Amino acid sequence: MTKPGTTGLIFNEPELWEKSREGRCGISIPRSDVPRADLDPALIDEAPELPQLSELDVVRHFTRLSQWNFCIDSGMYPLGSCTMKYNPKTNEVQAARKGFVVAHPLAGDEFSQGALKLMYELEQLLGEITGFPAVTLQPAAGAHGELAGMLMIHAWHAKQGKQRSKILIPDTAHGTNPASATLCGYKSVNIKSGPKGILDPQTVAEAMDEDTAGIMITNPNTLGLFEENIQEVCDIVHAKGGLVYGDGANMNAVMGIIKPGELGIDVLHLNLHKTFSTPHGGGGPGSGPVAVVQDLVPFLPVPRIQKENGTYSFITDCPDTIGRMHTFYGHFGVLVRAFAYILTMGGDGLTRASQLAVLNANYIKESLKTTLDLPYDRPCMHECVFTDKGVQKHHISTMDMAKRLLDYGFHPPTVYFPLVVDAAFMVEPTETESKDDIDQFIEAVKAIVKEAASNPDKLHSAPNLPKVTRLDEVGAARKPCLKG
Amino acid sequence: MRYLPHTRQDIEQMLAVTGHADLNQLFDIIPDSAKTKTGLNLPEALSEWDLNAEMEKLASQNAACGSYTCLMGAGSYDHHIPAIVPYLISRSEFMTAYTPYQPEVSQGTLQGIYEFQTMVTALLGMDIATASHYDGGTALAECALIALNKSKKANKIAVSSLIHPAHRQIMKTYLNPSEFEMVEIAADKNGLTDVAALKAMDDIAGVAVQSPNFFGNIEDLSSFKAVADEKKCLLITSFTEALAHGLLKSPGSFGADLVAGEGQSLGMTKSFGGPGLGLLAGTKKLMRTLPGRFVGKTTDSNGQRGYVLTLATREQHIRREKASSNICSNNGLNAMTAAVYMAAAGKNGIREIAQLNHDKAVYLKNALVGAGFSSVYSGAFFNEFILKAPAGFAAKRRELAKKHNLYAGVPLESYYPDMLDHYLFCATETVPRQAMDLLVKEVQ
Amino acid sequence: MKSIEELNFPSDVKYTDDHEWAKVEGDLVSVGISDYAQDQLGEIVFVEMPETGDTFAQGDEFGSVESVKAVSEIFLPIAGEIVEVNSELEDAPELVNTDCYDKGWLVKIKPDDLSEMDSLKDQAAYLEMLKG
Repeated sequence: MTKPGTTGLIFNEPELWEKSREGRCGISIPRSDVPRADLDPALIDEAPELPQLSELDVVRHFTRLSQWNFCIDSGMYPLGSCTMKYNPKTNEVQAARKGFVVAHPLAGDEFSQGALKLMYELEQLLGEITGFPAVTLQPAAGAHGELAGMLMIHAWHAKQGKQRSKILIPDTAHGTNPASATLCGYKSVNIKSGPKGILDPQTVAEAMDEDTAGIMITNPNTLGLFEENIQEVCDIVHAKGGLVYGDGANMNAVMGIIKPGELGIDVLHLNLHKTFSTPHGGGGPGSGPVAVVQDLVPFLPVPRIQKENGTYSFITDCPDTIGRMHTFYGHFGVLVRAFAYILTMGGDGLTRASQLAVLNANYIKESLKTTLDLPYDRPCMHECVFTDKGVQKHHISTMDMAKRLLDYGFHPPTVYFPLVVDAAFMVEPTETESKDDIDQFIEAVKAIVKEAASNPDKLHSAPNLPKVTRLDEVGAARKPCLKG
Repeated sequence: MRYLPHTRQDIEQMLAVTGHADLNQLFDIIPDSAKTKTGLNLPEALSEWDLNAEMEKLASQNAACGSYTCLMGAGSYDHHIPAIVPYLISRSEFMTAYTPYQPEVSQGTLQGIYEFQTMVTALLGMDIATASHYDGGTALAECALIALNKSKKANKIAVSSLIHPAHRQIMKTYLNPSEFEMVEIAADKNGLTDVAALKAMDDIAGVAVQSPNFFGNIEDLSSFKAVADEKKCLLITSFTEALAHGLLKSPGSFGADLVAGEGQSLGMTKSFGGPGLGLLAGTKKLMRTLPGRFVGKTTDSNGQRGYVLTLATREQHIRREKASSNICSNNGLNAMTAAVYMAAAGKNGIREIAQLNHDKAVYLKNALVGAGFSSVYSGAFFNEFILKAPAGFAAKRRELAKKHNLYAGVPLESYYPDMLDHYLFCATETVPRQAMDLLVKEVQ
Repeated sequence: MKSIEELNFPSDVKYTDDHEWAKVEGDLVSVGISDYAQDQLGEIVFVEMPETGDTFAQGDEFGSVESVKAVSEIFLPIAGEIVEVNSELEDAPELVNTDCYDKGWLVKIKPDDLSEMDSLKDQAAYLEMLKG
C-alpha cells in the first residue's frame, strides 16, 4: 500500500521572543492627523513586553508553525463524535463579505437587516432540520449550548413552582453533560446502558422520580448506536414531570432520517463546527445553537429575532428568559458559514450526507471487525467503537495503535472515550471521505495490528515521522510551564 | 455534489461489504415510529455561483457594506487589521486543524497558543493566561464563579455597575441557578465605581471592576485592591478594549488576582459581534482553579522542545460532574489571530496604536464639546467617552447613518434609563480626522 | 500495571476499601495510599491537600491525587483533625509512586477515636479483597 504520510522538509522555528530584536516592528502604523494628547503619567506604564519582529519574521514564523500541523485539508481525521468533515472554502468567501465582517453589533436594526435576516433564516432552517419550532443561535459552543439548555430546563421547573435536584445521565455521556448539570445545581444520577449498548427503559423508569428534573440523552449515542428506545424513555421522563435534553453532537448520522423534535426531546443543542461543516480552527471558535419545543420558548436567551412585515428586529422583552449567554448575538461569523453550507446542500444533500456518513462507518466496522475487537457487533450509525483487547497480549494499547497511525498519515480516532468501553478506539469517518481514502485507513489499521504481533517496538516508539515524538505529559503536569 | 465523493460504484461495493441492499436499509435499526415522515423541507441546493449572488444580496442589506465610519465601541471595536493576519490564519493547517489532543501532529497550534498565552500575560501583567474563552463576558462569569467557589464563607460577589451591561447580564445568567448573589456597586458622580459603596459591603467573595469602564473612564484599581485585601477577597478586573493595555498600567501591576476581558481588538473583525475572544488570566496561586485549556512546554523522547495541552485534570472530560466549568473548547483560531497581531504590532507598535487611539478620542471629544455637546465626566478615559447631546441629535444621528454611513455613538438610555440624550462615543486609529470634522460640521 | 504479587503491602499498617493506609505513630495517625492505588493511577503529577486544622469524619473526602489523565479522590480512614500535610509532595508528587508508605505519606491527623482503626482491614484482609 502507498501510505499517505511521507517525508518533506520541515523547518525548526524558535519561540517568538527568541527572534525579537530591539527596534523591529511588523505592523504599519497609521499616520496621525490629530494632535498628540497625553494621559496623566501616573496612569501609564512601560509598553508591554511583546516581541519586536519584522513582517517577514512574523510571516515565516507562523508559516513554519503551520507546517507542523495535521489538518482536514491534508488528511483524514476519523475522530468519533467530532464529525471532522471537509470545511468548504466557499463558506470562507461568504463569511468574509464586507457587509458581514465590518458590521458593528450595535449599529441598529435598521442598518443590520442583512445580518438579522441571515440569522432569522438560519433559525428556521435549523428548526426544520431538527423538528423544533424555535432556535437560539446565541451559544458560542456545544458546551455553551448545553448550559443554555440546562438553564432553560432549570427555569422551566422554577416556573412550575418546584425545583428538582437530580438529572439522569447515561454512562455513555460526554463529560460536558454532567458538568453542565452541575453548573445548574443538579446532581448527576448515572444510568447504566444495557447490554446492547443503549438505554433500557426499565433502568430509566427505576431511576426517574418526581425529584428528577429530566434526562440528558445523546442520540445516536457515543457508541455510535441509535437509542432505539428513545421514544419510550422520553415518555417515562415526561410522565413524572421531567424534561428531555438532547445532546445533538451526533446529528450528522440522522439528518432527514429522524427529527429529534418528533421523538419527545424538549431541548436540543447542535454543533455547527461538527454537523454543519464550520472549521474547527485548532480548538474553536465553534457555535452551539439550541432548539426548543413551544413550552420552552419563553425561556430562550435574549435578544431574540422577530420578523414583522418583512422587517427584522431584536426583541428583549421576554420576561421569562434565562438571560444573556453571550455579549452580543453569538458567533455570527460561524453562523454565516453554516448558513452557506445548508444553502449549498439543500434537504436532499443533507440527507445524502447522513446516509453516506453511516455507510462509511458501517463499511469500516465490517472491514475491521476481524482485525480489532468490536464490543458491539450491531449496526452502527456514523461511528463505531473498537477496543485493544485483541492486541493486549502483545503489550500494545489503544494509545500505541493511535500513535502508530500517525506514521501512516492518519490522525488517530478518538481514544479512551466513551468510558463504558475499555480503551475505546472510536472511528467516525464522515461522509466527505472517499472509499479510496477509507480503504487506505483500513489497510493502515490492519498493517498496524500485524506489526503489534511481529514488531511491537515500532508501535511503542511511535510516532516517528512527525516533528516531535511522544511528549513528556507527566513532566508538563508536574512542573507546568505555561508561558515563555 | 462536490463534497460527496461516492460514485454509484463505490456505494454498490461498500453496500456489498456491509450487507445492505440500499442506503435506506442502513437505517433499518431505527424503529419506524421514530423515522420522520416529513423529510427536510429546505430551499433547493444552490450552486456556488448562485450562493455568491444570494449572500452578496444579504451582505449588501447590511449598511456596513459601503464605506463606513464607526464611532461606536461598547465592546466591539473598529481597528486596522494588517493583511498578514487573515492571510496567515486562513492557512488550512491552522483553520482546519482539530483541537491538539494528539500533540505530535499539532505542534503548530500548540506553540502558537503557548506564545499567545505568554503575550497575554505580558499585556496584562499577570502570571498565567488560559488558552482563551468564548468572549470577555463569559470569561468574567467564570472568574466570578472561581471567587465564589473558593470562598468558604461568602456567597456574594460585588460587581461594578460600570462593567459592560451585557457582561453583567451574562454573570447573572450563570449565577442564577446557584445560591450565589451578585451585588452591584453604584457609580459615583465622576463616572467611576464608588469605592465607598464597596467599603460598606460585607461578606463578599470577590470584587469585579472594569477598567477602562463601560463609559471609557479609567478606574483607580489600587483603591479596589486595598479594599479587596482588607476584606480578604479576590480582586477581579475586566476590560472590553484590549488595546488599552498598550498604554495603561496593567491590571497585574495593581495586584489583580483574576483578569477577564475581550480580545477582539487584537486583529479580529467586528463581524456583528462574534466570534470574539475571551481572555482570562490569573496569579500562579490560582493556576489549578482556572477553567479552560492550558498549553504547557515540555520535551519529547529525544529531548526536543515540544508543547502539550496540560493540567487537563481540571477539565470536564476528566472531572465530569465535579468540574468547576463545562468549557470544552477555546476560541482557538481567534487566539492564533491575536498571537499574529501581537507579534506583528510588537512592543512598540501596540504602544503607538494605543497612543493614537487616545489622541483621536481626545480630539473627537473636544471637537464635539466645541460643537454644542456637553461634557459629562472630566476624568481620564481611553478611546471611549460619554457626552450629552444637544436637542435633535437623535434624528441627526439617524440621518448621518443613512446619508454618510457614519455611526455616531451608542445611545445609553437602554442601559442606564436616566441617562437620556447621553451617547457613548468611540474613536480609534481607523477614524480619519476629516470624518470627525464632518460630524462636527453636521451637528453644529 | 503490576500484578498483586509484585506489589508491596506492609503488615504494620491498616487499609481501607478505597486503598488508603493508616498507621498509628504515637498520638497521631499517618495516612497515605497503598501500592495498589499508586500503581493503578500511574505517574502522579499533583496531590490536592487539605489545610492543617481541617476536620473530617471517617470516610470523608479530604483531597485528591492526580495523574495526567485521571483524578482519584482520597478518603480519610478514621475521623480526625489534620495536623500535618506532606509539603514535599508539592515539588515531588512522584514520592507517592516511589515510596507510598514512607516518604510518600499524605497527612498526619490527630484522631477523634482510635478505636475506629479496628474497622479497617489488616494486611491479610486487604490482600484478600484485592485478589477477590
